[in-house]
Amino acid sequence: MRWKLLLPGVVLLAIIWLVSFVTDQPLKGVATEESARPTADLDDSVQKVNTFFARRWASEDLQPVKTAGELSVLRRIALALMGTVPSLEEIRAFEQDSGPDRLQRWTARYLHDQRYFDYFAERLARGFVGVEGGQFIVYRRDRFLNWLSGQLAANRPYPELVREMIAGDGLWTDEPEVNFVMAGYDDGEGFNKNKLAGRAVRAFLGQRIDCAQCHDHPFDHWKQNEFAGLAAHFGQLKLSPVGVREDRDLKFEVEDRHTLEKKVVEPAVPFGDQWEPTEGTRRERLAAWVTHPENRRLERAIVNRVWGLLFGRSWIEPVDDLPDPPGEQIAGPNVEGAKHPKALKAGEPDLLDLVGADFREHGYDLRRLIEVIVASKPFLLESKSEIDDAQRLDRMKEHFAIFPLARLRPEQIIGALYQASSLTTVDQNSHLISRFIKLTRSNDFVKEYGDLGENELEDRAGTIPQALLRMNGNLINETIDAKPFTASGRISQMSPNAERTLELCYLVCLTRRPTSEESDYLLPLLKKVRPNQRGQAVEDLYWTLFNSPEFAWNH
Amino acid sequence: MNLTRRDLLKAAFASGVSIALPGLDLRAAEARGNERQKSLIVIWLAGGASQLETWDPHPGTLIGGQTQSIKTKLPGLEIADMYPRVAEHIHELNVIRSLVSKEGDHERGTYLLKTGYRPDPTLIHPSLGAIASHELPDDKLEIPAHISLLGSQYPARGGFLGEMFDAFKIYDPSNGIRNLKARVGDDRQQQRLKGLEVVSKSFQAGRRVQVENTLHQLTVERALRMMTSEQLKAFEIDQEPQAIRDAFGDTQFGHGCLAARRLVETGVRAVEVTLQGWDTHANNYEGHKTQAKELDPALAALIHDLRQRDLLASTLVLCIGEFGRTPKINGVGGRDHWPRGFSCLVGGGGLRSGVVIGETDTEPQAEQDANKSTALPHDPIEVPDLFATILRQLGVEFDKEVLTPIGRPMRFSSGKPIERLLA
Repeated sequence: MRWKLLLPGVVLLAIIWLVSFVTDQPLKGVATEESARPTADLDDSVQKVNTFFARRWASEDLQPVKTAGELSVLRRIALALMGTVPSLEEIRAFEQDSGPDRLQRWTARYLHDQRYFDYFAERLARGFVGVEGGQFIVYRRDRFLNWLSGQLAANRPYPELVREMIAGDGLWTDEPEVNFVMAGYDDGEGFNKNKLAGRAVRAFLGQRIDCAQCHDHPFDHWKQNEFAGLAAHFGQLKLSPVGVREDRDLKFEVEDRHTLEKKVVEPAVPFGDQWEPTEGTRRERLAAWVTHPENRRLERAIVNRVWGLLFGRSWIEPVDDLPDPPGEQIAGPNVEGAKHPKALKAGEPDLLDLVGADFREHGYDLRRLIEVIVASKPFLLESKSEIDDAQRLDRMKEHFAIFPLARLRPEQIIGALYQASSLTTVDQNSHLISRFIKLTRSNDFVKEYGDLGENELEDRAGTIPQALLRMNGNLINETIDAKPFTASGRISQMSPNAERTLELCYLVCLTRRPTSEESDYLLPLLKKVRPNQRGQAVEDLYWTLFNSPEFAWNH
Repeated sequence: MNLTRRDLLKAAFASGVSIALPGLDLRAAEARGNERQKSLIVIWLAGGASQLETWDPHPGTLIGGQTQSIKTKLPGLEIADMYPRVAEHIHELNVIRSLVSKEGDHERGTYLLKTGYRPDPTLIHPSLGAIASHELPDDKLEIPAHISLLGSQYPARGGFLGEMFDAFKIYDPSNGIRNLKARVGDDRQQQRLKGLEVVSKSFQAGRRVQVENTLHQLTVERALRMMTSEQLKAFEIDQEPQAIRDAFGDTQFGHGCLAARRLVETGVRAVEVTLQGWDTHANNYEGHKTQAKELDPALAALIHDLRQRDLLASTLVLCIGEFGRTPKINGVGGRDHWPRGFSCLVGGGGLRSGVVIGETDTEPQAEQDANKSTALPHDPIEVPDLFATILRQLGVEFDKEVLTPIGRPMRFSSGKPIERLLA
């Protein structure tokens, strides 16, 4: 019977072993130094972007602000690519890394991280399929996300992904890219081919031609019949409970808004007829037209979108309503004209064209595109300036002579909160229990914080429910709780002194060290507490840092 | 140590862009009649109430079903007999029986009936309450100016006016408001806020304009103001005499309507109270009888109470849902979606009263599909016209054109006020 006495001890040992096992697991998906090297020959491309901005700033009579510290750039990169702040572990490694081009190497490292595949897939999916709910849509969206995440991991050329999304046939499960067609679901109304066509053109060509479904575009040149011709490419798409296929017997009918009569519309493209092959299914022909190398709208749209996801603000806004490519005026009013804030100066190249061409010439490599933008001058600038004149600052922001402040998405807030509640890197493989908590809690949080949906790149200000949630919500309260295994708990117990405590809290929450003014105020507070109140003091500090604008805004 | 909200705020924002804290302006809250700023209460019948089982019954006809009608205080007006108490007060409002729309889907219909515009893939229009709180600001107010009670799937939004004008959502007012209590005692809260001031200040260095544009500070201040505001008492419906609470009914919806009255009295610009459960595709009659048990006392008490407190002249009341229900009763005793001829109640706020607009056919296209029918009720009223009427009456320039973030100019309402309803 003596073994019974040992039982609690055995259980305890087992738990300790389990905990250490899950926490010590090598981080799968985190690339080794070998595979995560920066892409070669980036310099020329980066130089092109820098030259563009040097000229633009000169012609706009703008002085760019100073270059930001590398740690704050690292924070931007982590937030943009992985939806989280760098962990203390990563900050330490970064600071000890004394090799050249440290930021470029860390960008490459993050671009090979599972967190990037998953997070960036979700960001791109917003533009591709939206965020609509409904049970089976959620399920299909999930399959779609897994597929997209896999494509990012394999870093497949972008036009291949687009072709598969538009023209794919097959089962929801076996060919998850076909789940793109769920972008055509209208809650309650079922499947709508017009909606799908509108979404495809917006997502892949950056044109809001779907306004033209009901009326001509307010200030562009799209006509209703042009929209109908595009939509007719989806006219033979047939949905079944298990997947997508093409049915050549289907006709695409449109109701005339005046006579209410139905008429059959044949597929047609509004421009670039020569890019559309005559062979293949309607969707295959559309896919070939959309991704034709001469159809510059494809590369311009994805460059603008990726730019937006990295800066929190796209080069041209809204992200999916781009003017015609320069020199390719189709018809109608000249949208290159003076009214557009990004209007070109005489002889000046167009940024989207320039980066787009570079993207195409380098094999439509998404990873490389991100590396180029992140290494270029605008991304490295500070988000602050001596200038206090709102109008001038607006112009600087417009031309990226200053890094724009952008509100963090709720997922980024959660990602940052979770990361800040741990001293080691929290990633997809870190242990299952916390991941489970993360999923369930984060969804509630996202709901309460307010999801921006597909309009996530619009300029938004904070709201009162958000402030209340950050100050008094459950998630924050539990995250800052100074328990033995939370970061705040560990910092309060293990720091040798108050200076160290303060520095760690700042690094973990804000990816920087306190300023002397901050230390002057906060250090005495930490110093005066009795040892048994240290946990509380760290909780208060965490609360303060979490509620600061610096935490909730990308800078 | 017990800090007042003023102490807390002073401590927190002594050197920030601190905004002057106006006291409770009792005079403004006490103003009555024409002296008072207009407010709006929307009673939202989520799912789409049947016109035939509410304000437009047709007993004894092919389409009338089991519903009988009763006389009301307004001579000549009869409504469904499930609403004996509303019948006593309906003469204070107006009845429109001929609303028409083309949106027969819940989400799209809700969009139209909350914004006055059909859904548009390129922008989101603001709801009535958002426009009202945007155009008629009140800096004496410490709680949100636009409030949605009892939630719904598609709460009123700020749309292109910005998320600040989204309705502040309170799912169950009798359960308190989420995230409104500080997690620590006053001492620690004060310490936290002082720290926040220091940390915010260093972020503002070199970013004054940008940080101001984020409204971060402002929303924190307003959240703090709200957390400690006396005006939160508006939610404490148990402060009301038992007789009044009984009149509204001891239901969530009754509590919501009572809270709405208290909120408006406090100076809130727009309140939406949702009553779910109208989507009666089966057993329409029984379903509507159940619904009426909640709506009848609450709506009647709301009108009565506003009148008693001389708040009716300054409070517009709109009782509406996303569409009506088919004249034809389906195989399982239900009625389906019907946007071509449905009813609403609207009144107060200085509108005329006792006007009945429109008439639906007693034997209309009962056999026809709701979506295909092009027949209209007599004297059809388009939704945008109803919205123009309400906005105008609230004192909003209803046809004002604003530039949306995508650069497309848009009027608050595309309709024209319904002259017959204007006093």
